[in-house]
Amino acid sequence: MRASFVFSEVLTGLRRNFTMTIAMILTTAISLTTLGAGLLIVRAVGEVQENFASQTEVQIFLTNDSSAIDTSCSQSPCADLKSQLQNTYGVREVNYENRHQVFERFKKIFAAQPQLVELTREQALPATLHVKTNPGTPTEVLAQQFKNRPGVKSIGDQGQFVRDLFSKLNTIRDVAFGFAVVLAVAALLLISNTVQLSAFNRRTEVGIMRLVGATRWYTQLPFLLEAVVSGLVGAVIGIGGLLALVGAVFGGGGSSIGGIVTSMGIGDVLLVSPILLGVSIVISALTGYVTLRLYVRH
Amino acid sequence: MIRLEGVSKVYKTSTRPALHNVSVDMDKGEFIFLIGPSGSGKSTFLRLLLREEVPSKGRVYVSNFDVARMARRRVPRLRQSIGCVFQDFRLLTNKTVAENVAFALEVIGKPRNTIRKVVPEVLELVGLDGKSDRMPHELSGGEQQRVAIARAFVNRPLVLLADEPTGNLDPDTSQDIMLLLERINRTGTTVLMATHDHGIVDSMRRRVVELSLGEVIRDDARGVYGVGR
Repeated sequence: MRASFVFSEVLTGLRRNFTMTIAMILTTAISLTTLGAGLLIVRAVGEVQENFASQTEVQIFLTNDSSAIDTSCSQSPCADLKSQLQNTYGVREVNYENRHQVFERFKKIFAAQPQLVELTREQALPATLHVKTNPGTPTEVLAQQFKNRPGVKSIGDQGQFVRDLFSKLNTIRDVAFGFAVVLAVAALLLISNTVQLSAFNRRTEVGIMRLVGATRWYTQLPFLLEAVVSGLVGAVIGIGGLLALVGAVFGGGGSSIGGIVTSMGIGDVLLVSPILLGVSIVISALTGYVTLRLYVRH
Repeated sequence: MIRLEGVSKVYKTSTRPALHNVSVDMDKGEFIFLIGPSGSGKSTFLRLLLREEVPSKGRVYVSNFDVARMARRRVPRLRQSIGCVFQDFRLLTNKTVAENVAFALEVIGKPRNTIRKVVPEVLELVGLDGKSDRMPHELSGGEQQRVAIARAFVNRPLVLLADEPTGNLDPDTSQDIMLLLERINRTGTTVLMATHDHGIVDSMRRRVVELSLGEVIRDDARGVYGVGR
């Protein structure tokens, strides 16, 4: 097979169907950007889950009375709560933090806002039991269980916050995948159309090729390559789009969303790109092949 | 070289067979006219030889190929041993004379050296040396048909099929084309030409196979177009 011949045929074909080619490339690009965004979200969720699964804790805030009297958790109800927690399935570690320690931590957290620290009295803050659980423990059950026990004022479940975040991210991911699929169908139809148009435009050439005994590969490879080249260009533009998107959201690295979703950068996009390129090549080649089989007689 | 044994062809869209029980034997190096009115089955005959169609019944042989039964992937080999010329030339309008001829070799993967050598040779054979860089629209009808013949012959086929090659040409030009086909025939290539042209058939006095309503009604070794015409 003569590569130069096939290559020049591909170029001619793409030039002749210029507008269709552009439409095909753009649709592919947008479809892949959306798909890529979905894949990045999947990565982000995985990363966050890994980082936070071991760090999230359930905080049990004690009532005012208990916080005021008991500074070492040696009396009821704090001591009872602590031992009950330690005997609960899935609990790894229980730490007591008295009112004074909580206030010290509060001052540290809000060091940048001295006015707030000034206005807050130590007496306003509850002593807290910090409960760390083994990964996979349903913290919402734990929270439910201890909500109404004596000495408990309220319960803060960080797991609940992370779960809410995940569910929102997962919705965005599903929507992105949905869009990607719809766009992929549009891209598929465009590829199929362009291949048919291209074959129709060159029916004389193809007719002659068949008559003089060119093999199926020789007659059809140019059309197939046209589809694949467009798919490739579309994928490259799509990856560019994804880089721009990531740049716009994360400001080029270093920042993060709410301190939870760690920063996404060029590296993450590059990790996803081979998937996008692969999907694009396989889909365009397959569509081209099926179209030629169905619509173009050999 | 070409043999049809009891060949019938019925198209799905028609109840009448396009060819009915046709048996013909054509030897290597023969020059045969295939004649008959429109709809008599000439085109179907040629299409069967090229495996553009498969017979409903019977066997078709071209050279060593069992055309009707061969695997599809071997069809290109068959077609590489058959050259084709048509009434409408079928040249690529965006390619020069030489490129049109070279195209037939490029698409079957011939090396560039070979192409560079044989294209000028065949253009000289058909009398087009010096016009290799012209575009088809710059040529007369006769010259365009010569390009088509050069393209059909450049791969030295065993058989040359010509479907009304003079149908679009004036009598003088037609004569020239016939001389060219005769010259190609003298190289040992079997030439099978479907035609309506009385004058040419009568003047050449070659073998004539006449089809009517899909059946062979006449096979004369040195025939004329119409008996008593």
